[in-house]
Amino acid sequence: MKKFLTLLTIAAVMLTVFSCSQEPQQQQQQDQGQNGPEEIEKVDIEILGAGATFPLPLYTAMFEDYHQKYGPMVNYQGIGSGGGIRNLLDKTVDFGGTDAFMSEEDMAQAAGNQILHIPTCLGAIVVTYNLPDNPTLKLTGQVVADIFLGRIKKWNNNQIQNLNPGVELPNMDIVVVHRSDGSGSTFIFSDYLTKIHEDWAEMVGRGKSLEWPTGLGAKGNPGVAGLIQQTPGSIGYVELTYALSNNMPVSHIQNSSSNFIEPTPEAVSAAANVELPNDMRVSLTDTDAPDGYPISGFTWIIVYQEQNYNNRDKVRAEQVAKLMWWMIHEGQSHPQPLHYAPLPEQAVKKAESLLRSMTYNGEAIL
Amino acid sequence: MKSDTVFKYVLHLIAVIILALLSLIFITLFVNSLPSIKSLGLKFFISTRWNPVKGEFGALPFLVGTLITSFLALIISTPFSLSIAVFLSEYFKRGALSSVIRSGVELLSGIPSVIYGFWGLFVLVPVIRNLELKLHVPPYGVGIFTASLLLAIMIIPYSASIIREVMKLVPADLKEAAYSLGATRFEVLKGVVIPYSKSGITAGLILALGRALGETMAVTMVIGNANVLPTSIFAPSNTMASIIANEFSEAVDSIYLSSLVELGLLLIVVSAAINIISRWVIKRTSKV
Repeated sequence: MKKFLTLLTIAAVMLTVFSCSQEPQQQQQQDQGQNGPEEIEKVDIEILGAGATFPLPLYTAMFEDYHQKYGPMVNYQGIGSGGGIRNLLDKTVDFGGTDAFMSEEDMAQAAGNQILHIPTCLGAIVVTYNLPDNPTLKLTGQVVADIFLGRIKKWNNNQIQNLNPGVELPNMDIVVVHRSDGSGSTFIFSDYLTKIHEDWAEMVGRGKSLEWPTGLGAKGNPGVAGLIQQTPGSIGYVELTYALSNNMPVSHIQNSSSNFIEPTPEAVSAAANVELPNDMRVSLTDTDAPDGYPISGFTWIIVYQEQNYNNRDKVRAEQVAKLMWWMIHEGQSHPQPLHYAPLPEQAVKKAESLLRSMTYNGEAIL
Repeated sequence: MKSDTVFKYVLHLIAVIILALLSLIFITLFVNSLPSIKSLGLKFFISTRWNPVKGEFGALPFLVGTLITSFLALIISTPFSLSIAVFLSEYFKRGALSSVIRSGVELLSGIPSVIYGFWGLFVLVPVIRNLELKLHVPPYGVGIFTASLLLAIMIIPYSASIIREVMKLVPADLKEAAYSLGATRFEVLKGVVIPYSKSGITAGLILALGRALGETMAVTMVIGNANVLPTSIFAPSNTMASIIANEFSEAVDSIYLSSLVELGLLLIVVSAAINIISRWVIKRTSKV
């Protein structure tokens, strides 16, 4: 028994040593980042970010460009919006990325500090399908909701046929395909259907993961796209960027001004031509803009308003603020080639004033 | 100290660390699932609804999905792994063909599960869909049956290689005695080899089952991810490992997160229970 106790003690000591030896290393890394040689033009600092995967390709391009021009390395990990919010609340990153703005309850966890939502670009969700010859369909939000509720079961249903008089629709069963992983795409899509369809709001609601009344789940955009491409008669939703870069058939959706809108980056940017709130926590689905695509939304970077927390130094705070400033101005040349929708003028103005409200020890940074 | 003693202590230490690791994993899972255990209680195990929007979390569909796919995979794979083992240990012990087959089977276990998933999605699913069209069931292609089939292929190398090793251990004089009494090859197999290696065969199958229980990536790609109780073996369903992988990264709400952790705890408990039961079975069968 005594022997066993000694062994246990040794094990415990070893475990403690292991866990302790990690900390100084991290400290060192941070020190290196902060006290590195400071040049006038190029700054040697590593900024940490984590969150939404939807803007990941865009951010990768933006941060590479920024590193070439100004020096700071930005390390952004696409771990999902939920992870981005958690990491920011845990203060393990300089900024988070999210596709759905934070709830009041989540914001309250920031303990006295304000969290700012800085929009970086817009994205959209498109309805895609697999039909013989893949005609371009026109759909309304009501019909989309009824299909995803499992109420419209056949493609040649009158409700679909009446919207598409010139198209010969087959007598085929509709197979609904949705995301199985929690995602901002599901949030935007269900947010739209919740606004537009009473029964959807009551039975399903909005969220990153839902209790789906019908259909198959697949992981990620590639999973949904793959299942749709192989399943005749299927319908699902993917990100606009994914659909455009893979030449998938997309449905035109009727917006609140009764116009059928083709999902294009321009139509998505146009969706933000509405009265925007000052904190930019806004849902753009079912937009009032007459030429706006109705299933659009911002994606945000989230940062603390007061940057002096966790013993952060001022250089870091300034660099983070400068990076965001660049992202909403010069950085806006990047979205278009990657099929993302750039911020419209009004959104940039609102984001500017949010960034100007960032402080270090109560003093404005920019 | 003598090197012998040092060696002994090192071994002890390593054993204790492994044990500590296992208990720490268990404790971490338990502590993190406390919020959902407290607020959901028994409802977690009997409710069939999984609604993150309304905060209802029931594990039953995933528990059922996990057990059905794993056991179905075990049933499908058993004849194949038994045949492979018999073939390699009794019929073709040596030679080029034997080593080609052996390394081929072992290679199967080295394929990453995401590759299995892709293969399943693009090759197996269309085949199953055609089958479903002929059987007049909804032709989804994905579902419990597809997942079980894919799992069966994935676990064959595990059970096959263990069973082969066990069969090799059957004493030659026993077999020769049977032959000398005029037994045919098949009779030797039936009367000597299989009874002698029964407990080893069970152990091989259990190891394969354990692998099937925890498989995530390949399953999630072909099971259809429908969070409801399955209605038939062709219906889409979901497993515990798959729902955790799917929803963990975006779960912000604390009860939601903790329910997913509790699912992980349940998965460990189920795996441990199956392991313990099978040990008991092996003990009982090897006594006879």
